[in-house]
Amino acid sequence: MSTLSQTDTQTGPGRWLSLMGILFTWQRLASAAQQLLLPLVGILVFLGAWHLAAPQVNTSLGAFPGPADVMEQAGALWQEHQNQRDRAEKYVTMQEERNARILSTNPDAEVRIRAYPGAPTFIDQIGTSLVTVVAGFFLATVIAVPLGIVIGLNRYFNAAMNPLIQIFKPVSPLAWLPLVTMVVSATYVSDDPMFEKSFLTSMITVTLCSLWPTLINTSFGVAAVNPDLVNVSRVLRLSFWTHVRKVVLPSSIPAIFTGLRVSLGIAWMVLIAAEMLSQNPGLGKFVWDEFQNGSSQSLSRIMVAVLAIGFIGFLLDRGMLVVQRKVAWNE
Amino acid sequence: MSKSHLELTGVQMAFDTPSGPFIALDNLNLKIGKGEFVSLIGHSGCGKSTVLNIVAGLLGATRGGCVLDGHEVNTPGPERAVVFQNHSLMPWLTVYENVELAVQQVFRKSMSKRERKAWILHNLELVHMDHAANKRPGEISGGMAQRVGIARALAMKPSVLLMDEPFGALDALTRAHLQDSLMEIQQELNNTVIMITHDVDEAVLLSDRIIMMTNGPAATVGEDLAIDLPRPRNRVAMADNPRYLRYRQAVLSFLYEKQRFPDKAERKPSAGQKQDSGSEGEDEGRQGLRAIA
Repeated sequence: MSTLSQTDTQTGPGRWLSLMGILFTWQRLASAAQQLLLPLVGILVFLGAWHLAAPQVNTSLGAFPGPADVMEQAGALWQEHQNQRDRAEKYVTMQEERNARILSTNPDAEVRIRAYPGAPTFIDQIGTSLVTVVAGFFLATVIAVPLGIVIGLNRYFNAAMNPLIQIFKPVSPLAWLPLVTMVVSATYVSDDPMFEKSFLTSMITVTLCSLWPTLINTSFGVAAVNPDLVNVSRVLRLSFWTHVRKVVLPSSIPAIFTGLRVSLGIAWMVLIAAEMLSQNPGLGKFVWDEFQNGSSQSLSRIMVAVLAIGFIGFLLDRGMLVVQRKVAWNE
Repeated sequence: MSKSHLELTGVQMAFDTPSGPFIALDNLNLKIGKGEFVSLIGHSGCGKSTVLNIVAGLLGATRGGCVLDGHEVNTPGPERAVVFQNHSLMPWLTVYENVELAVQQVFRKSMSKRERKAWILHNLELVHMDHAANKRPGEISGGMAQRVGIARALAMKPSVLLMDEPFGALDALTRAHLQDSLMEIQQELNNTVIMITHDVDEAVLLSDRIIMMTNGPAATVGEDLAIDLPRPRNRVAMADNPRYLRYRQAVLSFLYEKQRFPDKAERKPSAGQKQDSGSEGEDEGRQGLRAIA
């Protein structure tokens, strides 16, 4: 009784505070909804629409897979990977045991361990693709940033390079691929190759297609260095290298990173296409193999690959953003 | 004001434009003694900044030249440090690192690491910015950044300090504050200073000499006014000092009667005018005209 009457008679600042508290929680709820709930709603609506629309689309391989089929195949692909890994481990332990036996009878015997010869699983293909894209992107960066700096610093060089950049920039990876394949097979001849030829072909194709945004952005950023800062550098008589290191490079870091992020996105897209076309190991090959396989699960498996490609592309971009925040002074 | 320390002789500066060469400066002669504080004043577009850039070595005169302590100036160098209008600090370096970049470059060989550090901090203290040594230029106000710009220039131990409208981008109160600081520093270090300004009061208050420039094209020295006021000068006391007012009057009459601000229609668009910054000078000119009328 007494407590009730107390709350009833609560007036003045107390009531205002509680009211503000309610408002405050409302605001927080609203902002939480915007950050978390709305994306979730978007995903759910998409899944619902997909679920309803998929059975309506009939292909020669059966109805288009819905979310449930895709989930199931994702699990199956993971399971296959686990099984494969177990088998590989057993294969290796078996060899080790055999080798131990041979060595115990004849210590001078030459023994070796063969790698498991099974086909690469979905997860293995993801790994291959990731390694290839990182290598190709790295090579593109190593070429594009220094070249971009030179182009940005020297307007004569810029004028000379500009038509080449404009012409090669829009070239599709599929056009490069046959040329790269032929050149790699002709020039990379070695008895004990460090890299697979297929890896080199994919990587070089990725490099050729993804270096342009970085190149253009770097040269743009370098050419746009504040002329007053260039004058400061001249007054200080900074040497060419110090000028590049202390003035030009930091000043164009934001532009360079914009280019790098676009380049990485392109690199990832190009890689999948290149792997599909050239049958080089990787996610692209996985998609192509499933397409050729044409089983009732193929479409679901391809869909798993599509989602994986998208998700990995997203993670790569986020990773780049993290690096940018670490490196760039304006973040 | 001893022997001639810096000398500009017969300087002509022509800029190439699509409609033929534009003569920004012609036959400009100027002698400046050691320790003198000289202001260059004139309407915007008259080539003040061009003069400063020639002394700095950032521009090469098409005819004539500039001699500093017996050596011809043809490249920029730290002995002619420049303070730019918009501070021009590297935004990715802290205040300390900005000064360090200059000190590192100029005194790499002649100072030990500890001496360099002490010298950087000394210069930051001189402009009262040692408290913000670890801040980036983006985190401090425009006036503070300009102080750091001055500290960076002073840290090069220049024979001539060149200032291109150093306080032009600042509000009136901050500007007054920085002018006082600059007078203090000048009193202590006795540098040779060439300063470009649009502000008549700033010129009279700070300078030993005011060089008034005629309107371009083919601008040159119009009048050369020695300011004989005792130092240290106090801006409040100066406000009703008759000599101060006479000097002020002389500059105003040069700017707004003898060299009226040219009409826009008469002015040729030119590369030369790009050298002078901003339209605020124009506004000042118009206001001045109104004030006199």
